[in-house]
Amino acid sequence: MIEVKSLVKIFTDGSNAGVRAVSQVSFTVEEGRFYTLLGPSGCGKTTTLRCIAGLERADEGEIRVAGKKVYSASDATFVPAYRRPIGMVFQSYAIWPHLTVFENVAFPLRVGKQRFSGDEVRKKVRGALEQVELSGLEERMATQLSGGQQQRLALARALVREPQVLLLDEPLSNLDAKLRERMRVELRELQRRLRITTLYVTHDQIEALSMSNMVAVMSAGVIVQEGSPRDIYLQPKSKFVANFIGSTNQLNGKVAQVGGDGTAVVKTDEGEICCAMLNDITAGASVVVVVRPESVVLYRQKPAQGANIIEGKIGAAMFLGEYLDCTVELGQNILQTHQPHSLQVRRGDAVWVELPAGDCMALPAEQ
Amino acid sequence: MSTLALPRSARDTLPLLRDPALLVPLVGAGVLIYLAVLPLFMLLLGSFQVEVAPREFVYTLKNYQNAYASEYTYSTFRNSLIFASGSAALSFILGTLLAWLTERTNTPLRAIFVPIAVVPLILPGVLESIAWIFLLSPKFGYLNVWLKYLFGLQSSPFNVFSLPGMIWVHSVGQVPLAFLMMVAAFKSMDPSLEESAMMSGGNTWQTLRRVTLRLLMPTCGSVLLILFVRTLESFETPALIGIPARIYVYTSEIYLAFNEYPPDYGRGGALAVGLLVLSAIGVWLYTRSTKEGKKFQTVTGKAFRPRQFDLGPWRWAGFGFLMVYFVFVVLLPFLVLLWASFLPFFAAPSWDALQKLGLDNYRYLGGFRPFWEAMKNSVILATLTATVAMVLTSLVAWIVYKSRLPGSWILDFLAFVPITIPGIVMGMALILLYVAFPIPIYGTIWVLLIAYVTRFIPYGMRSASGSIMQIHSELEEAAAASGASWWETFRRVTLPLLRPGFAAGWIYICIVSFREFSTSVLLATGESRVLSILLFTMFEQGQVTVVAAIGILMILTLLAIVGVFYKISGRVGLQT
Repeated sequence: MIEVKSLVKIFTDGSNAGVRAVSQVSFTVEEGRFYTLLGPSGCGKTTTLRCIAGLERADEGEIRVAGKKVYSASDATFVPAYRRPIGMVFQSYAIWPHLTVFENVAFPLRVGKQRFSGDEVRKKVRGALEQVELSGLEERMATQLSGGQQQRLALARALVREPQVLLLDEPLSNLDAKLRERMRVELRELQRRLRITTLYVTHDQIEALSMSNMVAVMSAGVIVQEGSPRDIYLQPKSKFVANFIGSTNQLNGKVAQVGGDGTAVVKTDEGEICCAMLNDITAGASVVVVVRPESVVLYRQKPAQGANIIEGKIGAAMFLGEYLDCTVELGQNILQTHQPHSLQVRRGDAVWVELPAGDCMALPAEQ
Repeated sequence: MSTLALPRSARDTLPLLRDPALLVPLVGAGVLIYLAVLPLFMLLLGSFQVEVAPREFVYTLKNYQNAYASEYTYSTFRNSLIFASGSAALSFILGTLLAWLTERTNTPLRAIFVPIAVVPLILPGVLESIAWIFLLSPKFGYLNVWLKYLFGLQSSPFNVFSLPGMIWVHSVGQVPLAFLMMVAAFKSMDPSLEESAMMSGGNTWQTLRRVTLRLLMPTCGSVLLILFVRTLESFETPALIGIPARIYVYTSEIYLAFNEYPPDYGRGGALAVGLLVLSAIGVWLYTRSTKEGKKFQTVTGKAFRPRQFDLGPWRWAGFGFLMVYFVFVVLLPFLVLLWASFLPFFAAPSWDALQKLGLDNYRYLGGFRPFWEAMKNSVILATLTATVAMVLTSLVAWIVYKSRLPGSWILDFLAFVPITIPGIVMGMALILLYVAFPIPIYGTIWVLLIAYVTRFIPYGMRSASGSIMQIHSELEEAAAASGASWWETFRRVTLPLLRPGFAAGWIYICIVSFREFSTSVLLATGESRVLSILLFTMFEQGQVTVVAAIGILMILTLLAIVGVFYKISGRVGLQT
């Protein structure tokens, strides 16, 4: 379990001096859960992780790892990184080039307070390497491994000490797309099997959505939304989250009418649109209606009935393999849509789009 | 517990002091101040003191008056200036020519001349001077004897005991340095700059003159400056050739002030301060010029495949030059030492002399205790200096480039200061320090160790910081996240990763310590005598053939140390 309370980290030297990299961040990772900090670069996610690891000393707040206080500003507690019950995988893997595969994994067992006998070390290392399917490569030099193998090695090294929590700092970002997809699955499987409390940092929304029990979206040093992957994707609470997670269409407008069941009618440039909304929006407020490209339904003929139907023209259609990325020019806006690649359209064709009311969300417009 | 008795504020700071990440920088700064700043302070103090009664001093400017307003002031200044600028110019021209021919032209067999040009580095300066005295002495120098015989000359064509002689001897010893710096400059030059000159219709010579050399101007300036400063600081040639020839430069004046009876520490100190200031100005100009050189960005850190100039038939002239350089400058000094080491007394190569060749000198050295003591001292000092300096600079480099502590640049600066301290000035300063301080190390090899370590810290810094910067900080953080403490991380991860830089710096410092002369000449006495000093005193006493034998053994020992180190560091690494 990881508990972070009101964490603040201010950089006082280096290129980003005086920046509040982390500002009043609080969250809890429940025992055995997979928790992800998601955000663009510079949002403070890695700094938060490094504060938990003990590689950075925070300025305010409190951190508990596995019930033990490892940092607290109020009573000046600071447990150094090497005394925290953590395992960590770095973005660059940080595989030591001067050691063999075996010695890389054995390192955590050879340092620190708890010492192990030669037999125990061999047993534990073999076990850890088995878990990541690297058995048989013990005597190789670490630098002779491929990128994916180095990544597994880093994972084995982080797990060999049987830490209470696992910290992962963008571990997949250096892999190619195919391998990344596979590692995503494997990493998640491993975490489930070991039931190890895991904190994962990434800027990749697919990784965050597919692997996590819980996602916290960060921006400019604060958590802007925390929730399950489904909530984060389907019910973004701000324009930033909607934009950052997946691609999205935005239509500006004013709330014309508020319904009782969390729905609203918004007057936009393209006419009135029925949509879901956040509770704290009142009639007359400026809002943004967001709708995901894959939610947009396209018709060649004007449908007889239905709400939120708008006429437009095909702009550009791009074949992306899985789907057709097809833009539709409305009166004032251009809508991005994902269509099946069986669709045959040409630039300028007249079409009608339906924005299903359930998939449209009115969010407060940011100042 | 005693800590309980401490006031609260002190208790709060104690954990900070126990944190190695904070303790190490503080200790590092303390060591550097002790090594680099304290002696200079004592030197400055001593240069203003005059002993009026035993252990009683008054502060005065009289030392400076004695040092700089004497009848010798002008001639010393003039000699120093001619010696330094002449040597800088000559070694620069030779070094640049060698570098250009081997790196940038199609001169035949150029590749094998690259290592050959660096070989003289293992010939200690004292031996270089002795070898050239053997060759160019007006009385018995081999070259003079042969030339007189060949052309029936009445008098010797060369006299090494002159300013030109000093310049020649010192220059050929310094050529490898100039060569290496110019090779680096030629290597890092973007060839497209020259290619575009050729595309614009410039021929080889025009391109060379109008583009290549112009682009290299800033580099040339800084190389010349460093050669100038190093000559000014050197004492080997001024001691072995200058003093017998009564040609005195600043370093020899300092030495003489120390060696007269009673020693005039005040005047020596004042002269040393002057030399220090000159050298510091030189270093300052050098760093400034290299910084400005970066603005031009012609010579970047990128490695290019350099363009080769086609010399046409002139390439044979280049080949001739390389051969002449190889035979006369690289090979001849070694050969003449080797030859002399087998002779019972000094004699020119002849049928007669050939009969007398034998191992008598080596046999004599076998039972000559001062030689074995000096050998032991030199070997211990060289290996110990290299090890201490490299461990120290690895730590300092880590602090400067990795710790992110505010104020760590001060450490960087402190570690750079010794580069401005000429060897003989270092010796002078340490005498003043340890004569005044009640630590009984004066006259032992430990004071030499301190002196060597201090002087060679900047070299160690260069190689240590180069490789420290290449270590990704996540490699060290991964060790911390694996449960390794600061020391464990440094020992098991940082130090092994530093190995290439550590080894390179170690070997270099070992070599320069083993051949060190200008600091040792003031500090090494009696039991702490090292090989270079033994060579010097025995040469002064006239045992020249034994000196040659010592020289040969010295070169062999140096090669052996380097060889053994390569082997050890290759096999077990530095983890053990």
